[in-house]
Amino acid sequence: MSEVAEKVKKIVVEHLGVDEAKVTPEASFIDDLGADSLDTVELVMAFEEAFGVEIPEDAAEKITTVKDAVDYIEKQKAE
Amino acid sequence: MRRVVVTGMGIACPLGVGVEHVWKRLVAGNSGIGPIAGFDVTDLTCKVAGQLPAGTRADGGFDLAEWVPTKDQRKMDRFIHLGMVAATEAMEDSGWTPATEEDRTAAGVMIGSGIGGLQTIYEASVMVHEGKARRLSPFFIPSALVNLVSGHVSIRFGLKGPNHSAVTACATGVHAIGDAARLIGFGDADIMLAGGAEAAVCTLGIAGFCASRALSTGFNDRPQAASRPWDKDRDGFVMGEGAGVLFLEEYEHAKRRGAKIHAEIVGYGMSGDANHITAPADHHEGAFRAMKAALKSAGISPSDIQYINAHGTSTPLGDDLELEAVENLFGDAAKTVAMSSTKSAIGHLLGAAGAVEAVFSILAIRDDVAPPTLNLDEPSRASAIDRVAHTAQRRKIDIALSNSFGFGGTNASILFRKPG
Repeated sequence: MSEVAEKVKKIVVEHLGVDEAKVTPEASFIDDLGADSLDTVELVMAFEEAFGVEIPEDAAEKITTVKDAVDYIEKQKAE
Repeated sequence: MRRVVVTGMGIACPLGVGVEHVWKRLVAGNSGIGPIAGFDVTDLTCKVAGQLPAGTRADGGFDLAEWVPTKDQRKMDRFIHLGMVAATEAMEDSGWTPATEEDRTAAGVMIGSGIGGLQTIYEASVMVHEGKARRLSPFFIPSALVNLVSGHVSIRFGLKGPNHSAVTACATGVHAIGDAARLIGFGDADIMLAGGAEAAVCTLGIAGFCASRALSTGFNDRPQAASRPWDKDRDGFVMGEGAGVLFLEEYEHAKRRGAKIHAEIVGYGMSGDANHITAPADHHEGAFRAMKAALKSAGISPSDIQYINAHGTSTPLGDDLELEAVENLFGDAAKTVAMSSTKSAIGHLLGAAGAVEAVFSILAIRDDVAPPTLNLDEPSRASAIDRVAHTAQRRKIDIALSNSFGFGGTNASILFRKPG
């Protein structure tokens, strides 16, 4: 697992209070990990803070799974 | 109106967590006041307060992890945490859980707060000031709003009846309980969780009340002596944090399910001073009228009351004025009534005060014990009323009156009666 993926996983576990094993790449924040819409807003803010990236609202709306988050952040960091 | 009884109680206050634990300590004359911990008080003139003792529930202490799941903790200001504790205990004590949709829609919540999420607002303001407005938590507003105790409690227990919240400064607790009882009386609900929660022992809360010259500042080196209602050396109130919640239930509903009835709510009265934003009116005539209205709604006379839990905050002006109002109302009955201020032991819990003191009034009835007024070494004024100085008194108590008055000139009084 990449460094970004590790860190994303850690943030998700912390914020949603879920079991680490449930945080698979395909896991949806809302459908699989029990988040509500405010939780996802907070998650995106936590990603921004942790990775020093800016995630605009329209991009944030498309981040619905763990993999979405990892891919977006890795792409941002590569640019 | 339908009769309303109390069939569950919960408490979190500076003497600890849990009704029986707190009551035992209160009757024993323990104090929950200490030097302020958790934030810097260098710039504050008042350095004492009543804060919840840390520890497990089994030991009568407060450990948030036992009450609120980790992931939900940061969605709530501390006043909501404390409200959840008291509401959970009250639910457990009632022995009731909703079984049907009908049960759920007939059960509501009215838990208020004087101020709400003050520390949360403070921290958010600092972030905005630092140019981080975009970094505010999406939970900032729902964490700070007063009525979110009622919201969270309803979600936790699935209570779909009236969801309401009183906000009347230091009268909040009594207004919440009295108004909730009326909702049951009028048939809007069969069950209401009612009370108050407050967590204003924070930099902004202490600094703010210091600025209004309301807090004690002369006992920073002797915290446990700082809250001294009616004593000649009193110099302001001591702030406390906590929550109290009553499980209120329509009498027939309680009887049908064989609930343990702690007390009946038999009277409730309210008034406004229309006088000054912080100072009571002359002779505390607003308090007089609130008490009188409570007596009228109960259809009883002063001589029927054996115990009064006073507002008694330990401020130079308020204490003697309340005493005067009680004397004026009670006349000859002043000689037989006991009146104490339990704020001497836990401080002033603002919006939670009336709720916590309702619990104490009910326990005074249950055990026939008047809890003491600590630090009442030398009253500033003599009175025929026994103010239960220093030690608890065994007395036959069938009816208890509890008073709460708030900034804005708002007054509320409530009457509890022994069941049966």
